[in-house]
Amino acid sequence: MTQESIEKDALGKKEPLLRLLNARKAFGKNEVLKDITLEVHPGEVVAIIGPSGGGKSTLLRCATLLETLDGGTLAFGDLVVASPDATGKAVYGGKDVLAKARTRFGLVFQNFNLFPHYTVLKNIAEPPILVQKRDRAQVEVEARELLAKMGLSDKADHVPCDLSGGQQQRVAIARALAMKPDILFFDEPTSALDPELTIEVLKVIRQLAAEHMTMVIVTHEMAFARDVADHIIFLDGGYVVEEGPAEQVINNPQQERTRAFLRKYEE
Amino acid sequence: MELSVMLSMLGNSLIFTFFIFFITLIGSLPLGVLIALARMSRIRVLSSVAKVYISFMRGTPLMLQLMFFMFAPYYIFDIPIDVNWKYWACSIGFILNYAAYFAEIYRSGIQSIPVGQYEAASVLGYSRSQTFMKIILPQVIKRILPAMGNEIITLIKDTSLAFVLGIAEMFTVAKQIANSQVTLLPYIIAAAVYWVICLIIEYGLNKTEKKLDYYHD
Repeated sequence: MTQESIEKDALGKKEPLLRLLNARKAFGKNEVLKDITLEVHPGEVVAIIGPSGGGKSTLLRCATLLETLDGGTLAFGDLVVASPDATGKAVYGGKDVLAKARTRFGLVFQNFNLFPHYTVLKNIAEPPILVQKRDRAQVEVEARELLAKMGLSDKADHVPCDLSGGQQQRVAIARALAMKPDILFFDEPTSALDPELTIEVLKVIRQLAAEHMTMVIVTHEMAFARDVADHIIFLDGGYVVEEGPAEQVINNPQQERTRAFLRKYEE
Repeated sequence: MELSVMLSMLGNSLIFTFFIFFITLIGSLPLGVLIALARMSRIRVLSSVAKVYISFMRGTPLMLQLMFFMFAPYYIFDIPIDVNWKYWACSIGFILNYAAYFAEIYRSGIQSIPVGQYEAASVLGYSRSQTFMKIILPQVIKRILPAMGNEIITLIKDTSLAFVLGIAEMFTVAKQIANSQVTLLPYIIAAAVYWVICLIIEYGLNKTEKKLDYYHD
């Protein structure tokens, strides 16, 4: 633990669960993330909004190790995953560091990405058993509790293709929660769903927020972002254009680009 | 010639038909995996070699390949051909040829699995081998089963090509009897037997397909 973080703890301030500093990412000549700095503290819900191609998904994919940063720092709590060398290029830790990092976060995809050949229960229970080597009986009890929480107790032995999109997404959330992550990422969790199915998924996320689950949510649901998030980040052109308390960013945006973006949603 | 004699001669020849059939499957099913992995490898040389191999094996007649392996030891290495070499030549030819076809079927199956499956497994902390064995392979098997069935049924009929090496499999024997007895009967019987074997294979494949039909994607 660094001197600084000890002092922070002494002051009662919690260390951020996710820390991104000067994050950069380009695909070829296309710079998608130019200089992103972002901290997420325990219990905080952060919504990331912005136009398509603004870098939202890339940011999430870099944070969840599906893409590698070109430059900057990425850390989960005290675990530094990537840090810049003398030239600013991001240098990643070894396999064990990445494996450890993966135990700290979960990701809910836009397209659910459930394993179609597994039952709902196995989708949720296999990762903790296989990856975390936890006790099967205990994990299955917890998996059933999570399913009950998602209102899907009767679906444990079904396969994903028997379920509606909204139900599949709730299973995906349960699958991520079964790993007991410190922080949960959502990549446009309702974009593939019909409006009536969206409601049931948003309800689950609201419930998690009420339980103080730390979450980072990329979303196009502005009303939802305002209601559920503590902090909103407006990302455009690879930069954080505006950020602040949710109410303020949505109801009283300071930047013209944010205003222009939000106007489109009012129509 | 009595019918019973004819039937027993054809029946005995089935040993060789099945020998070729099973030795080919045992050899080419796993070899095909290696070739498919090489074909999809990021190492350019490896994937190019696999690509040429597949193209050549599919682009030249199996019968010609069998003849090549039969006589290569003698003409290339000046080794006298042993009486049993034809069984080796036959096995090598069939395995190398069918592995190329299986490799392409495996590749099409593996590449048809959405990238989201790999990403979900990665985020959950699955290792590469866990991802392949637990998540990818079971889905691939379901997807490639019809194409594999096609190839396996073709194989049982292709065993008749071994007649060029003088192996006494069913077609070779049927031909010998037909020539000496001046009758079509052995061909008709052999055709019926090939068909029955195919029906059994089809039955097995249908059963397996039904078993894997508990989900779709």
